[in-house]
Amino acid sequence: MDPLPELLAIDGVMLVVVAWFAVGLAGIAALHNFRLVGRVLFPLSAALSIALAGFALLALPGAPQSTVLAIGLPNLPFHLRLDALSAFFLAILGLASAGISVFAGGYFRQGEGTPPGLLCLHYHLFLASMAMVLLADDAYAFMVTWEVMALSSYFLVTTNHRIAEIRRAGFLYLLVAHVGAIAILLCFGVLQANTGDYTFANMRAQELSPFWASCAFLLALFGFGAKAGILPLHVWLPEAHPAAPSPVSALMSGVMLKTAIYGMLRVNFDLLGSPLWWWGVVALALGLATALFGVVFAAAQVDMKRLLAYSSIENIGLIVVGLGLAMIFAAYRMQSLAALALVASLYHCLNHAIFKSLLFLGTGSVLHATKERSLGKLGGLMRFMPWVAWTTLAGVIASAGLPPSNGFVSEWLLLQGFLFTGELPNPYLRMLVPVFAAGVVLVAALAGYVMVKFFGVIFLGRPREEKLAQAHDAGGLERLGLLWLTAGCVLLGLFPVAVLETIDPITVALVGRGLAASGSAGDWLLLAPVSAERASYSPILFLLVTAAVVVLAFVLVRRFYHGRVRRAAPWDCGFPLQTARMQDTAEGFGQPIRQIFEPFYRMHRELPTPFDEAPRYKVTVEDPLWAWVYLRIAAATEAASRWVGMLQRGRISIYLLYSFLTLVALLFLTQA
Amino acid sequence: MNLEGLLAQLLAMAVALAGGPLLAGWVNQCRAWLQGRRAPPLLMPFRMLHKLFWKESVVAHDASPIFRITPYIVFGCMLLASLIIPTLSTDLPMAPAADAIALVGLFGIARLFISLAAMDIGTAFGTMGARREMLVGFLAEPAFLMVLFTASLISSSTSLATTVSTLAHREFAILPSLAFAGIAFTMVSLAENARVPVDNPATHLELTMIHEALVLEYSGRHLALIEWAATLKLFAYSCAGLAIFFPWGIAEARDHAALLWALPVLAVKLAIGGFTLALIETILAKMRIFRVPEFLATAFLLGVLALLVHLLLGA
Repeated sequence: MDPLPELLAIDGVMLVVVAWFAVGLAGIAALHNFRLVGRVLFPLSAALSIALAGFALLALPGAPQSTVLAIGLPNLPFHLRLDALSAFFLAILGLASAGISVFAGGYFRQGEGTPPGLLCLHYHLFLASMAMVLLADDAYAFMVTWEVMALSSYFLVTTNHRIAEIRRAGFLYLLVAHVGAIAILLCFGVLQANTGDYTFANMRAQELSPFWASCAFLLALFGFGAKAGILPLHVWLPEAHPAAPSPVSALMSGVMLKTAIYGMLRVNFDLLGSPLWWWGVVALALGLATALFGVVFAAAQVDMKRLLAYSSIENIGLIVVGLGLAMIFAAYRMQSLAALALVASLYHCLNHAIFKSLLFLGTGSVLHATKERSLGKLGGLMRFMPWVAWTTLAGVIASAGLPPSNGFVSEWLLLQGFLFTGELPNPYLRMLVPVFAAGVVLVAALAGYVMVKFFGVIFLGRPREEKLAQAHDAGGLERLGLLWLTAGCVLLGLFPVAVLETIDPITVALVGRGLAASGSAGDWLLLAPVSAERASYSPILFLLVTAAVVVLAFVLVRRFYHGRVRRAAPWDCGFPLQTARMQDTAEGFGQPIRQIFEPFYRMHRELPTPFDEAPRYKVTVEDPLWAWVYLRIAAATEAASRWVGMLQRGRISIYLLYSFLTLVALLFLTQA
Repeated sequence: MNLEGLLAQLLAMAVALAGGPLLAGWVNQCRAWLQGRRAPPLLMPFRMLHKLFWKESVVAHDASPIFRITPYIVFGCMLLASLIIPTLSTDLPMAPAADAIALVGLFGIARLFISLAAMDIGTAFGTMGARREMLVGFLAEPAFLMVLFTASLISSSTSLATTVSTLAHREFAILPSLAFAGIAFTMVSLAENARVPVDNPATHLELTMIHEALVLEYSGRHLALIEWAATLKLFAYSCAGLAIFFPWGIAEARDHAALLWALPVLAVKLAIGGFTLALIETILAKMRIFRVPEFLATAFLLGVLALLVHLLLGA
């Protein structure tokens, strides 16, 4: 066979990476030229993203392709490999970043900290490093690109570095990212099993004892969990996402979190071989706790980007739940069920990348139009920003996991995975797993609450501030980006069978079985992962019938009755003195959730007394884990360093004594 | 898709469109009798709808398009819901399009839109209604799904048609899991249909309203569609409950005689169900809004318990 087409895809991906790098450098050349950076470089980079997605989708069904790049240290070249799993995540990167980059072209404006050219460099380094992380085939290349990704995103988070709060958020992000990176490094250390060969091919070949395999699993869970925002390592996420400019938040939430999921999949299913059953239980429990925590806190937020950040934590939780389920099934060699859970997880990765990017971009437009992030000062924007409102609505429906959007499909698949656990050999697991399903369902229903709050408070009702009437809709490039992602939400929701067939090679590679082998193949209209008798769902039919009823009702009512409409002031039970202030604020809308889940929160309420001249009501909701875990770690570190500090006496004789004692101790040890 | 299935589907649709308001009228009648009042006629809901359709729609100045399309979307969702629930026959061409999970999603999307529409005008009562509706919804939805999951596990299928025909074919025995699920289902359907211990369909006292607060700004044909959709929802819930817990009398594929029988059987079952609903509404008092989460959490736990009982006892 001709070797040229075999090598095409990975070379194409490399070409895109190099081109991204070049675009970034071009940004440096035009450091302060907004027009060039915004109108030329970012749209160009979006075209490259589409090319990347194309190459990745081309490579997905094919055999793995690998290459060696002679860069880096002597004798330590970069090994790169493009297999189905990398290709899928590269496709996510390409598809999501295409919309985000176009949007970014219209978004970045003067006077926001870092000059545009430098921002362009950081942004494209970030994109290129994410692509390289997904391609890396040895621990060395992986760690280098992983660090480049962390650093470039750190600089992007701190774009508005003149604000102290943002610098603080950036530092926290950097800290957690590095703690995680250490764990990943240790994980690779365990995986290479003292052979000294850090290529993934070697790690794949090693047979680890259950103890060391479990160590590697736990280290990977910790390391990648820190990046993904799994409990209790999520604290950086609600700080860093709101601090970053919206396209960067979209990229981080939509794509970067997925590289962590990629890492988990790579280690647990590929490098480690077959998982043990209790790994799955750990992942399942952690994932569910993360999801519940995320959604409960999202309901209490009053800052729109923080709300979305918590919602990202929730979605990552759901993805990890799917991974855990897949691990349990894989451990018991129930391959088709493992494939089902894995597909649900991967599908949700793709969906979340699209709809969360869309939502973050929507908040970006709102932020630009109103200069407000606080939900309590927004409202009624649907009239002033119809483009942003309607596209965001698509994202909201997807994020709430409702049909016929893409978010529903992955939740549907996940619940299917939960329902067919009757064949599990372990009786405790058999009983436990459906209870987890109940938790997942609760999370999904709460997500609906959060999304109604998000959309309703920002876009509906009446403007809570007068200046909102001057809000302008998104510009041309921004609209293009929003529309691209909206189209993604709709198409991924309507054609799930096509997506499933695309994902199939990955599950074949990771768990040895695809869904196509078990019944759904052939019928593009009907999604039936196990068999049509067991469960089926057809979004197109679903949408068509609803749309037909809507149109028929519309026409028939006008045919038999009339279509007259009279505009009037709102009725509101005849209550005469209504102001926009009487609508629910974000706090008000979240109040039932705060009341029900009160033990979850650390809440401070400031209530006015009846005699206050200017009564103020204030409630702040804090993350209890911050006080329980992080502040304690900080206190312990300080105490420990105080102890160590006691060694420092500032007199040379004492330091000489330390050296002497150390020498004696070492001599003693070597003697013995 | 065969012609026969299409006809059965159209019949089911006609039955739902007519049956929804009839059921609502019947429940109102029963309630009036139980409370010692003179009952309104059975066809009263139809007259109401007819009257409302003739009236002009008054829309607030600030209303966005979401406000105006929501009645149609809600109506469409509820009609689709009553199409995929096996009311008369399990041979429904629409059945593969949506299973039990999609059914819950369907109710979810209707809830999302009606809550957004209530927030759209920006009145205090509207947002209050939306908040309360979502509060009821986020607990009722999982509880309902747990009930459906129990039935799905028994029949090892989430397809409603398959579930119902499996349940209809087993020998008569009260399964403990289904008993738990039945209680959970009753509680959920009271909450979801804005019935008495949770909400009062007859109230116009502003501070206690949920459903009424949501639709406060609607008038004319929009209100008619929403009210019709509400009766369709009651009908869909009742039929789902009857299909899962009392599946006898629902026709199988290509069984014409049974299809003829199915309609009177359904009418009798619905009449009994409607009377029970009126009875519950008469003997219970409405509870405070913050007792509702407890009520629904109980339903949710009962649903989870039903799942567990099924897994423990295999029954």
